[in-house]
Amino acid sequence: MELVLTTHFGNERYRFAETYEQLGGYGALRKALSMPKEEIVAEVRKANLRGRGGAGFPAGVKWGFLPKDLSRPRILVINADEGEPGTFKDRLIMTRGPHLLIEGIAITCYALEAHTCYVYIRGEFVREAEIVQEAIDEATAKGYLGKGILGTGFDLEVTVHLGAGAYICGEETSLINSLEGKRGWPRVKPPFPASVGAFGLPTIVNNVETIADIPWIVTHGGEKFASLGVEKDGGTRLICVSGPVKKPGVYELPVGTSLRSIIYEHAGGLRDGKALKAVIPGGSSTPVLRADEIDVGFDIESMQKIGTMAGSGGVIVIPEGTCMVRALSVLMNFYAHESCGQCTPCREGCGWLAKVLHRIENGQGRNGDVELILEVCDNMLGRTICPLADAAVMPAQSFIWKFREEFDGHLREKKCPYGNRF
Amino acid sequence: MSLAFSEDTRARHERMLARYPNREAAILPTLHLAQREFGHLSAEAIAYVASLLGFPPARVEGVATFYTMYNRKPVGKYHLQVCRNLSCSLMGAEHLIEHVAGRLGVRPGETTADGKFTLSTVECLGSCGTAPVMQVNDDYYEDLSEDKVDAILDGLR
Repeated sequence: MELVLTTHFGNERYRFAETYEQLGGYGALRKALSMPKEEIVAEVRKANLRGRGGAGFPAGVKWGFLPKDLSRPRILVINADEGEPGTFKDRLIMTRGPHLLIEGIAITCYALEAHTCYVYIRGEFVREAEIVQEAIDEATAKGYLGKGILGTGFDLEVTVHLGAGAYICGEETSLINSLEGKRGWPRVKPPFPASVGAFGLPTIVNNVETIADIPWIVTHGGEKFASLGVEKDGGTRLICVSGPVKKPGVYELPVGTSLRSIIYEHAGGLRDGKALKAVIPGGSSTPVLRADEIDVGFDIESMQKIGTMAGSGGVIVIPEGTCMVRALSVLMNFYAHESCGQCTPCREGCGWLAKVLHRIENGQGRNGDVELILEVCDNMLGRTICPLADAAVMPAQSFIWKFREEFDGHLREKKCPYGNRF
Repeated sequence: MSLAFSEDTRARHERMLARYPNREAAILPTLHLAQREFGHLSAEAIAYVASLLGFPPARVEGVATFYTMYNRKPVGKYHLQVCRNLSCSLMGAEHLIEHVAGRLGVRPGETTADGKFTLSTVECLGSCGTAPVMQVNDDYYEDLSEDKVDAILDGLR
């Protein structure tokens, strides 16, 4: 099986420039610097590389939104905020293969004629940021970053910027505000960041994994990358599997790999002979699937067809014996905690979802509470500046639609049938 | 004003300022430096950061209060932050939090009387494959069990 990213992740030295170079690293940058810029962008378009941060927008198309004139400097921002619960892949790239990211940054900035890049890393990732910074320093010393990259006239400055604990900053306009030294409040679009982004300048925000794929695409060509995946969704993806499986972790798999094989073959199935009850496939914001819905390819369109999302590749496995009310309650605590407070439907809605679920779980639910949750969801969905409200609604609705009996059971029995704990 | 960065931090701060097109963008990194230097972001620390960057304190405070990692109150020498999100909960985080709380004699949000430990529950730390997870100051401790946490806490005495 062809791997794009993780081939050498088992090699402890791969995070250092010397080993990375010995294994072919920075060859793609040399190649890119000899290519016309528009040809690089064309290869990325051909690759059908969809953004790996959650929204799945085609990277090459996003790049095409930059204004044609070069009068205003352009900025590349790397989204390394990795906050979507269930997702832990960008951390792996940053610690095991930081030069893949840096080489991707250099190629992308060259192709987009950007001379400034900020890598926005979530504040908790102190050690990860240290490794990335060390790799930036190495790359600069070797002439892959800085003034006149590899003897060309191309300059590029890369800066690591640490977040400070806010899930919302994974949303690109919120991230930009945070980078600018403001509260992480999302912006109304348009204008889109490609025209008015960081510091008022044309800005492209891409996820770590998306950019780490770029060197391989330049080396092997967009068509080859596209052929690894499915139609309109190329390459491999880093799939994160968590929950009580035998082998939790990150698996690099061709886009379109079946969810069943991800759980049962790659992650080894559930521990202690337990049966599967449900799966959250693409991070906590994506609609939950029942155990009988996992014969689906892990790609953006196949997931959409069955009413969920591939998201950021965070597969959370839920075993039999788990109280779905409690599980949803845990998730809604998260959204209530993380709503930035800017839009009323989200600020109030997330709080109410958490509160009502809490009382249902604790045996104090009132008749009509489930309908109340669904009504609150209707008042949130699509009514806010950013998708955080939708991100709370999608699990809330889907848990209720697919596991309604458990919610009603709590109300009927006035207690949690599972004993109120995990 | 009595609070001030050390020579070393001041030099780091100067280098950092050069990475940004304006001083506003330096607010978050400066707050990080201040928290490292002063332990937590007291009103005095906020005022110092504001004066350093040339903003009214309210501008800096508005940012500091938005982000959970900026501690407005003192925290213990070791800040134990245990993830309570779904993947960690499925792997026993609730029991773990109770265990740590019981052992230290504090509830989440509290600091031990000797000022050594602050226990917090936090949302997803982005390490769900090695759940349950706890962050202690800058370091992650993963694949935790009660025994493992006991050994870690013993080592932090």
